[in-house]
This record gives sequence, C-alpha cells and structure tokens, in this order.
Amino acid sequence: MHATTTVRPKRSAGFALLSPAVLILLVWSIVPLLLTLWYSFRNYNLVDPTLQGFAGINNYWYLLTDPDFLQSLLNTLILVVGVLAISVGGGTLLAVLYDQDFFGRGIARVLVISPFFVMPTVSALLWKNLMLHPIYGVYSSMMRAVGLTPIDWLQRFPMATIMMIVAWEWLPFAVLILLTAVQSLDSEQKEAARMDGAGAIAQFRYIILPHLSRAITVVVMIETIYLLTIFAEISVTTAGGPGVASTNLAFLIYSRALLQFDVGGASAGGVIAIVIANIVAAFLVRAVARNLEA
Amino acid sequence: MGTCLAAAHAESELTIATVNNGDMIIMRQLSSEFEKTHPGIHLKWVTLEENVLRQRVTTDIATGAGQFDIMTIGNYEVPIWAKQKWLAELHPAADYDMQDILPAVRQGLSVNGQIYALPFYAESVMTYYRTDLFKKAGLTMPESPTYDEIRGFADKITDKSNQVYGICLRGKPGWGENMAYVTSLVNTFGGQWFGMGWKPLIDSPAWKAAINWYVSALREDGPPGATSNGFNENLALFASGHCGMWIDSTVAGGLLFDPKQSQVADKVGFAPSPKGAYGKGPTWLWSWNLAIPASSKHTEDAQTFITWATSKEYVKLVAERKGWVAVPAGTRASTYKTPEYQKAAPFASFVQHAIETADPNGQTAQPRPYGGAQFVGIPQFQALGTQVGQTIAATLSGQVTVDQALASAQSSVTRTMRQSGYSH
Amino acid sequence: MAIKRSRTKGVLIGLLGWAIAIWIFFPLFWMFITGFKSEVDAISTPPHLIFKPTLESYNEVFERANYWHFTINTVVISVVATGVALLLAIPAAYSMAFAPTARTRATLLWMLSTRMLPPVGVLVPIYLIARNTHLLDTLTGLAIVDMLTNLPIVVWMLYTFFREVPMPILEAGRMDGANRWQEITVVLLPLALPGIASTALLSLILCWNEAFWSLNLTSSNAAPLAAFIASFSSPEGLFFGKLSAASTLAVAPILIFGWISQKQLVRGLTFGAVK
Repeated sequence: MHATTTVRPKRSAGFALLSPAVLILLVWSIVPLLLTLWYSFRNYNLVDPTLQGFAGINNYWYLLTDPDFLQSLLNTLILVVGVLAISVGGGTLLAVLYDQDFFGRGIARVLVISPFFVMPTVSALLWKNLMLHPIYGVYSSMMRAVGLTPIDWLQRFPMATIMMIVAWEWLPFAVLILLTAVQSLDSEQKEAARMDGAGAIAQFRYIILPHLSRAITVVVMIETIYLLTIFAEISVTTAGGPGVASTNLAFLIYSRALLQFDVGGASAGGVIAIVIANIVAAFLVRAVARNLEA
Repeated sequence: MGTCLAAAHAESELTIATVNNGDMIIMRQLSSEFEKTHPGIHLKWVTLEENVLRQRVTTDIATGAGQFDIMTIGNYEVPIWAKQKWLAELHPAADYDMQDILPAVRQGLSVNGQIYALPFYAESVMTYYRTDLFKKAGLTMPESPTYDEIRGFADKITDKSNQVYGICLRGKPGWGENMAYVTSLVNTFGGQWFGMGWKPLIDSPAWKAAINWYVSALREDGPPGATSNGFNENLALFASGHCGMWIDSTVAGGLLFDPKQSQVADKVGFAPSPKGAYGKGPTWLWSWNLAIPASSKHTEDAQTFITWATSKEYVKLVAERKGWVAVPAGTRASTYKTPEYQKAAPFASFVQHAIETADPNGQTAQPRPYGGAQFVGIPQFQALGTQVGQTIAATLSGQVTVDQALASAQSSVTRTMRQSGYSH
Repeated sequence: MAIKRSRTKGVLIGLLGWAIAIWIFFPLFWMFITGFKSEVDAISTPPHLIFKPTLESYNEVFERANYWHFTINTVVISVVATGVALLLAIPAAYSMAFAPTARTRATLLWMLSTRMLPPVGVLVPIYLIARNTHLLDTLTGLAIVDMLTNLPIVVWMLYTFFREVPMPILEAGRMDGANRWQEITVVLLPLALPGIASTALLSLILCWNEAFWSLNLTSSNAAPLAAFIASFSSPEGLFFGKLSAASTLAVAPILIFGWISQKQLVRGLTFGAVK
C-alpha cells in the first residue's frame, strides 16, 4: 500500500522510537529475573545468614512437592476465572441496564463505578471489618434482624468471599468499559432491529453482544493482568487461610519470601510464576489479538 | 563559622520504626518533649501494624539497607539478631539504672552479658474474666484454674443469643498470633515443638490433647470468626462485652480497666494462666524493645533517644500527661513500687509477680534444645510458626480434623528443618 | 396501553438501576459514616444509623500521622510516574501502530506478560538494587517503579488508540513536509488526545492505589497513602472509627478526581480500544 521508499527509513526510525520503552522494560524485567533465577538455585534465608551456598534444585523440589503449591495454583485459577466471569457477565448486564434512560442515571452510574477508584487494601479492610465481620458487620446485623444466624464468611467460604471482594473492585471497571461500548452502538441499528421484530433478548444476543466482543477482550486482558497477582485482598482478609484455603500463587510466594524469609524458595516460586505468566500471556494474547485485529 | 560547624555536627535525623500499639503512639506524641531538650536531634516516625513492621525491619536489617536508626523488635528477635551482629551494642549511662529493669526481661535482651536492646514494655499472660457473668452463673474463679475448669465455666456462661461467648482465644494464624498462645497451651499440656536432636514432636498425644481442647472450646463456646481474631480483635471483643473469658497478654489489663476504652471496665476479673495436664513448663514472656541496627549512622544519638524512652523519667512523663494507668508496663521495678500506679492499676502487683516469675527457659516435659515459652528461639521459627499456625487455624474452621492437622504440621516442620540443615 | 406498559417498565428499570447502584456503593457510604462515629458507636450491635457525629477519629488520625505529607507524596509519585510513562510510551506506540514489523505483536505481548508475575517474586533483587542505587525511600525510586509497572498497559492502550487514527491523515501531513516530530506532535497527538487523556487517568488511578512497592520501598520520606493506611489497619484497641476516617482520607482525593474526570475517561475509551 505504501511506497517502499517511505517504508524503509520508517522502519529504522520506528525502532529508534520503540527502543527506549523496550530497553527500559527489558532491563526492568531481565535484571531482577536473572537475580531471581540465581537465588532460586541458592540457599538464601534472610534471617539465617549462616545458611549459604549452592542448593541445586532443592528449592524447586521443596516447592513442587509441597502440597500447598498445587492448591495455590488451583486457587489462582479459581480467582481469575471466577472474577472474570462475574465482571464480564455482570458488567454486560449492568452496562445494558445503565444504558437505559431513567431518573438520576448519571449519578447512579457514578456510584456504580466508584469502587474501582478505591485502594485494594482499603476495600479489603472495609469488607472484612465493616461489612462482613460476624459480630459487628452490617451484613451480620441484617441477618440477625431477620432472625438468621450470621455467617462467618471469611472462615466458612474464604475463596468465594475473596472472589466477591475482588469482583466488587473490578466489576465497576468492566461496567465502565462495556457501558462505553454499548453507548457507541448505533441507535439506528437497534431501531432497525426492533422494526424487524427482534425482541429484547434477540437484540441482546444478536446485536449488542457481538458488538461488545472487543470491549470484553479489553476487560479480560486488563483484569487478568491484575487478577493473576492479587495479593492485598488476601493478605488483609484471611492471610491465605484457614489452612491454605485462600492462598494463591502470589500469596504463597509472599509467605515464603516475607513471612518465612526464605528468599531461595520464594525465588523458585517467582521463576515458576514467570513461566505461568508467559503461558497465560501467550494464550491470552492469541485470543485477544485475534479479536482486536478484526 | 564556628556556630555553623557546630550546628552541622550536632544535627541528626533519626528514623524510628515502631508498631501501632497504644504505648508506642503515646511515645510518639511525647517525643516532642525529647526534641525540645535535644535540639540537635530530629525524629522521624514510621508507624506500621505489627506484621508489616516485622517484614519491613527484617528485610531492612538483613540486607543492611540502613533505612532505620531505631527499630521496635521483640525478645524473640533480639538474641538472634545480636548473634548475627545486626544490632549495635548498648552502653546506657549509670543513671539509667539498669538494675531497676526486671531481671527476667533484662536477661532476654542480653547475649553473653552484653545488652542489645532496651525494653519499652513487657508482658506475661493471664486469664481475664467477666465478674458479672460469673456471679450470675454462680461461679467463682479459683486461685489457680485448670484448663478443665475453664472449659466448664465457658460452657456455663456462653449465651449465644445475646452474643456473649464463654471464651475468646487467639485464632488468627501467625507465629506471633495463634501460635504464641497455642505453644504455651501445648507446653502446659506436656507437649513441645522439638525433642533433643531437633526431632519434631508435633504428632504427640500432648499436642493432640491440647489442640482438641482448643478446637472444641472455641467451636462450642467461642465467638464466630475465631480464625480472624488475634490479640487486637479479641481485645475489642472483650472490651465491647462479647467475651466471658480471655487468656492473653497481661498488657491488655491497662486497656480493659480503662473506662474510656472498655465498656466492661468495672466488671473485669483476673486470674493466672490456666494449667493443663503437665502443669509446669516454661512461662510466657514477651517484650517490645528498642534496638539500634548496626547499619545506623547515628548510633550515639539513637542511644540517647532509646535510653530516654525507656527511662524512669519517661514513665513519670507519661503518668503526668496520660495518667498512671497508661504508663508502659512490665519493665521497671520502680514503676510497680509507685503507690499511684498500684492505685490506678488494680492488676499491677499481679502482673509484676507474673513477669518476675516468668521463665521462658523453664523445663518442658522432655528435654529440649531451644529456649522460649511462646516461641522457639531459632531463626526458622517464623517460618514454622506461620505454617503450623495456618494448619491449626484450618482445624477451627472444620476443614481438617485435629489428627490430620497435626500429622501435616509434623511433616511440614520436618521438611523445613531438613531444608534448613537442622536434621537430615 | 403500550405507552403505559413501557412507563411501568421505565420505573422498574429505574428502581433496579438505583437499587444496584446503592448496593454497590453502600460499603463506601458506610465507611464515610463510620468515620464520624465514636469508637464505641462504631462497633455497637446492631449498628446505629442515627448517632452523634464526632470528629474524634479524624482528630486522632491527624494527630498520629502527617496526612498531607503522605498525600503530597502520592500525588507527586503518581503524576511523575504517569508523565514519564507517557513520554516513553507515545513514541513506542507510534512506531508499533504506524510501522509495525513482524515482531510488533510479540513485543507487545511480552510487555504485557512482564506485568503478570507477582511483584513479591522479585522483591529482594529490586530491594537490593534500590539500596545500592540509593533509591530506597525516595520519591524518584518509587516513581520509577510505578512508571515501569504501568508502562506496558500505557503502551498497549496508546497503541490501540493510535491504530484508530487513519493513516491517510498522517500521510497527508507528511506530504506537506512535516517531519516525524511534527507528525507526532502536530497531527497525531491532537487527534488521539482523548485516548491519551484516558490512558493518563487510568495510570494515575493505578499509581495512586499501588500498595506493594509503596510499602516495601519507602519508610518515611517518600511514604505514600498506602503506607498511611498500614498504620491504621489493625492497631491495639478499638479501631473501626479511626480505620474508617483514615480510609476516607486516603480514598477521597482519587475518588473525587475519578468522579470529575469520569466523562473524560469514558470519552477516550470510546475513541479507541472499546469501540
């Protein structure tokens, strides 16, 4: 399409423009990665400097044979998939709802997207102490008021509760993006569909949903990046427990590195997390890219 | 020129890392007095919650980053860190009156006769109970209760429909939270972490008996959400009238008897920590201390500050400004000799006795290679305590049985000890 | 008949919309209210909706910590990190969007994948590097780290926005003799401005809320609001009031900022990635 003469210099210039960002990111990711790799083969415990030397594959062996490790992988998966399902599903429905005209819609929208602006630590503290606390929590009082025994959410259903808290933070983001997409849908298109006799469900299924697919990919993309490394919410509410019921990979590494100060073991965990991140990224990117190129 | 040089020499800035506990917050408020009398020294405070603080200061000192000049650390860390040469030696002046510091506390902060930290406040353990609930149920607290008796009392005073729970205990996982309590509970039931040769003894009958007591007491008579209750959470529960009994640190006394912070201030009774089947064993002793990392560039000025903050004069200053009930407890004999303190704190002599007789190196049922009553004095204990603490917490929520939990704790402790080269 | 039915439907939709909005917003409302309760009121069961408001908790929060110090640090770090990220990302996104090579997509993917590993995995290396370069507890240090954490997302968002700018417009500019610098600043940036604004807003929000590095790489000089919260999260004694007051203070600036800029954020998003 373009003349070759313009393409050629453009490539080299393109590289010059791209390189600062790439180089700096490369340094940022490679240097710590190499150090992490190095530590992962060493005995390195912050609180016990007497323990030193080459550890061989010990750190990996101890991590991979640790029964907590599989559980934490599973929990990571549950958390990512669960929150994505809630925010994409709920987000789509809410986007359609807040696209309808009703009294005070602008204010209602602002209220709905508010949790996205809140620090993860603060939202976890709020939910744990003010909302779900089995004695003082608002939800517990409501349950008592109607004659039910309050449920101790974080002890009985730790994973589901954390998922709920994280979804509360990220659902608004999905609503924000999807609402934007719904609004950009041509109203003439919708009108035409209605003229053709399409019902609300058919409109949703055949017009709105396909139109949203790109926005949904954006939501999935950005949220996955954050959900894979969810940490503050777990640390504040359950500290990964009871047992390891709510420990994800990020928290497992944290507990190795900073509760047990085993830098060697944590580094092995870090290396495994990097491998997983790249696998996820590869899948995600393929799916996302296909959708975005279209 | 001369004054300029002098000023440049005298000016220094100390960064102090501390916990967000009540006594430290008072210290921070009153530190302006220190800055007034020491114009060359400026103080910068980093106040964090306990877990975060511990993580921050440990990373800092272990990597020699030198961000802090003064750290607030426990008597668990002091000897370990001193042996690793991470802490500066302290040489308080003669008028500091080192002999006034309770010997049990002092010993915990010395290695080979050299002191490495000064105690800010210290605690042992006791049983708090609600006198009104005991009276209503027609019960009396014996002078030296046993765990069996405590369990019986808890059953009788629990009234779940009014949200009164017979017994509150630490359930939040962590070596300094549930495991501090559980370790001392296990000791009195005749259990211990390790036998000689660092052989883990967690799947022993004594542990089983102790954990069974703990789990059934909390499940049947405890508050909901026990796995998220640490010291602070239980303090809030007791202070707002939701607990019938609570076995925990003596430092809670000053807060529970303070009508400004507690709705049950006039209904609190206290008794010694209960005894289990073994009865003897090491006794709980904890102190929060101020220490100077070896990496600090202001060692002299830092020592000036920590001797001030742990001095008799400081105790008097707190008494003047905040009242005697608020003074830092458990460190100085002179505090307990003060009639005003005895009057303001009805538990004073009780606590003094508890701390003076506390012996963290007391005998366990079988010989042991480590010291400490509510912890094991080795660097790996943070790792062990955190792991086992999670496993114990899982028994409270009913995910695993006590037997399963202890078996898995035994194997994870064995793994960690092997990994760190203690046993093969 | 038809009109009547659609009116009832409208009312029902309005009710539903408001009910969900209130339910989602409720925790923040409750936090705001609890900040004005005394500590004893804050844990009363059942909770009081009607109470005597007091500034007790706020006074104590201000007494215990220098709120403005933390806030200014947070603002400086977020703004600087976002600014530098944009400076690096604009040229990169430009070259990816308008001079794509076979490796562009792989590069983009790789950039995003750097964002998917738990930061704690590299805490010790980063901490040691920061120590050796004297960047611990400095605004510069934290701004650099925040900038790097957000850079992949910023590049990716700008890339999707730039791709929406029709190539012929840029080429027309080039015909008129614009050099590359002019092409970017005079032609591309004004066209993509809403998208850039959205990206900047999102990056500001993410920097403001970043907690892990904030807590681990700072102590006092450069400590942002995330560290301020850490001193109120589980203190001795009753703390619901103080926690709520401190949380309100930490969240309020960014929340208000988010509300005000919400339209801008949406406008930019409509322009690019989401359309």
